[in-house]
Amino acid sequence: MNIHEYQGREILRRHGLPVPPGAVAATVDAAVAAAAELGLPVMVKAQVLTGGRGKAGGVKFCATAAEVRRHAGAILGLDIKGHRVRQILVTPAAEIAAEYYLGMLVDRGSRRVLVMASAEGGIEIEQVARDNPQAIHKLAVDPRFGLLDHQALHLGLHLCPGDLPRARQLGAALQKLYAAFLAEDASLAEINPFIFTPAGDGLAIDAKINLDDNALFRQPRHDALRDRDAEDPAERQAREADLSFVKLQGNVGCLVNGAGLAMATMDLVQYYGGRPANFLDIGGSSRPEKVVSALRIILADSAVKAILFNIFGGITRCDDVARGIIQAAGELDIRVPIVVRLTGTNEVEARELLAATELVPAATMDEAVQKAIALAGQAA
Amino acid sequence: MAIFVHKDTRVLVQGITGRDGSFHTRGMLAYGTPIVAGVTPGKHGQRFDDRVPVFNTVADAVAATGANTSVIFVPPAFAAGAVLEAADAGLELVVCITEGVPTLDMVRALPFLQERGVRLIGPNSPGLLAPGLAKLGIMPASIVKPGHVGVISRSGTLTYEVVWQLTNAGLGQSTCLGIGGDPVIGTTFLDAVEAFAGDPQTEALVLIGEIGGDAEEQAAAYIREHVTIPVVAFIAGRTAPPGKRMGHAGAIVTGGSGTAADKIAALEAAEIPVAARAADIVDLLRSARPRRRDS
Repeated sequence: MNIHEYQGREILRRHGLPVPPGAVAATVDAAVAAAAELGLPVMVKAQVLTGGRGKAGGVKFCATAAEVRRHAGAILGLDIKGHRVRQILVTPAAEIAAEYYLGMLVDRGSRRVLVMASAEGGIEIEQVARDNPQAIHKLAVDPRFGLLDHQALHLGLHLCPGDLPRARQLGAALQKLYAAFLAEDASLAEINPFIFTPAGDGLAIDAKINLDDNALFRQPRHDALRDRDAEDPAERQAREADLSFVKLQGNVGCLVNGAGLAMATMDLVQYYGGRPANFLDIGGSSRPEKVVSALRIILADSAVKAILFNIFGGITRCDDVARGIIQAAGELDIRVPIVVRLTGTNEVEARELLAATELVPAATMDEAVQKAIALAGQAA
Repeated sequence: MAIFVHKDTRVLVQGITGRDGSFHTRGMLAYGTPIVAGVTPGKHGQRFDDRVPVFNTVADAVAATGANTSVIFVPPAFAAGAVLEAADAGLELVVCITEGVPTLDMVRALPFLQERGVRLIGPNSPGLLAPGLAKLGIMPASIVKPGHVGVISRSGTLTYEVVWQLTNAGLGQSTCLGIGGDPVIGTTFLDAVEAFAGDPQTEALVLIGEIGGDAEEQAAAYIREHVTIPVVAFIAGRTAPPGKRMGHAGAIVTGGSGTAADKIAALEAAEIPVAARAADIVDLLRSARPRRRDS
């Protein structure tokens, strides 16, 4: 789960990192009032769940109230990579003497938390990784000991050679970030940039934090951080129905059991020249309620011209699944053709059940996909 | 021989009395898997299906039955604890089926396992099935057939799809292994390839990968240098949009890395044919030749 910068800043502050004050505004007037309260000059920053805000004109320096009004007006409602800006963060503009990148993530290779630090702060770390990889200092933390004092200092000295006080501040910031990372079950945490003011004060002036969905059950505070308005409505509905769903742009709706098979099904739709409308894993259960929820979500997309069930019934029996699909289809007003492919235990009985309905049976994944594409084309 | 299981494998099931645990324990028993014990705290002294003795702790179960392998079906909040308990009791192989385990729980658990030389499969894994020998986990026994093809996968039903096609084509399997769909797992793609490469029964390998991470790339690099049996691959997620988690916690393209295109390129660079469709895997295997080593 991704959260907004202002929410990430709140987490950092709670874990003792130096974060400047700020206020979130949803209207121009609120932004102007916040700027007056915080003191000019300020930065106004679009709060969207995507990167590249600066390049898109979503981050502006404002010296006067008139500038706050103008920039806030321009940023609110802006579309940044498909994300509409509905909130802006107003925060005092800090004078920057030096800026750094401090970050960490769960590294799949080392299977540890990988700490990254770079003196190339303020630009996207992916770009630094491409253009100047040796500028990123990395350390895979041993989870038994955490980020040790000497390791943190060592990283700090890489960024500020010869400047022990600043190196210590950077090291301390990394240790606090690591503590926050563990306590909050993060999967990614970045401060970019962490700055020093001319007076030598360290400040975290940005925060990007991703949280582990699997840990939501033990992080009761995190559910409130989810920006439901920023979610695709269908994806939100699916999440609430405990279905794994991703919206795509095609016209063949896909219902599949298992994530890997669901991806392979989408790929096969494209292989045969069709366009998948979604990724949807209905999981191991064939319960009619779940199939009904899944069908509702897919049918809500008016672009969908055909629906494809691809079910590999390993342990669940195919005739049970077929009954579930028939019952679910009967409960809904369905105006698009449905192709059903069921393979595994009792597949012959399942096909016999389907033969008595308007559902279109298919024996293999390839046959099902080709039939669904053809039917989607006819319906269009 | 299969990989990771052998004639002396003795299995206990953690969470044997739960809904999933009991259902799949029956499936494992029906396949002839030597299940010698179950563990559910508070149920010591009971017998599962009048047959398998249940213990409060893994240590008790090991002391009483000599179990050396565990299959875990406990809820996500307790999964890492169950893995650590199994490792502490001296088991050699731990298969964690549980889906939804917090990633940092596994980060914290792995050093403990590594110190004790315990092999972990999963979490979020369907387990493994060595046809004719043992079933550890939830793979359907009806789709496999004993033979000489090793199968490694990050997924569940996609694996069944491929294995079913192999079986229908008369290509039996030495072991079918699901390593799990999470970002941090015990046995990696590379570990599994190494194990199959050292297994005399395995005469060809099928790799079923998906988007996210670079485990397939690492396996490809190893295969290029060290593996002489034929290897073919399939990668799911060519059409997956970046930044979206595709069901599995580990199936996500981040910062432009972990794409299907990168993985396919790495596999092909190692002269591993990559099937465009799952249905092509059988043909690729039939036409595959033994690999020569570069050196």
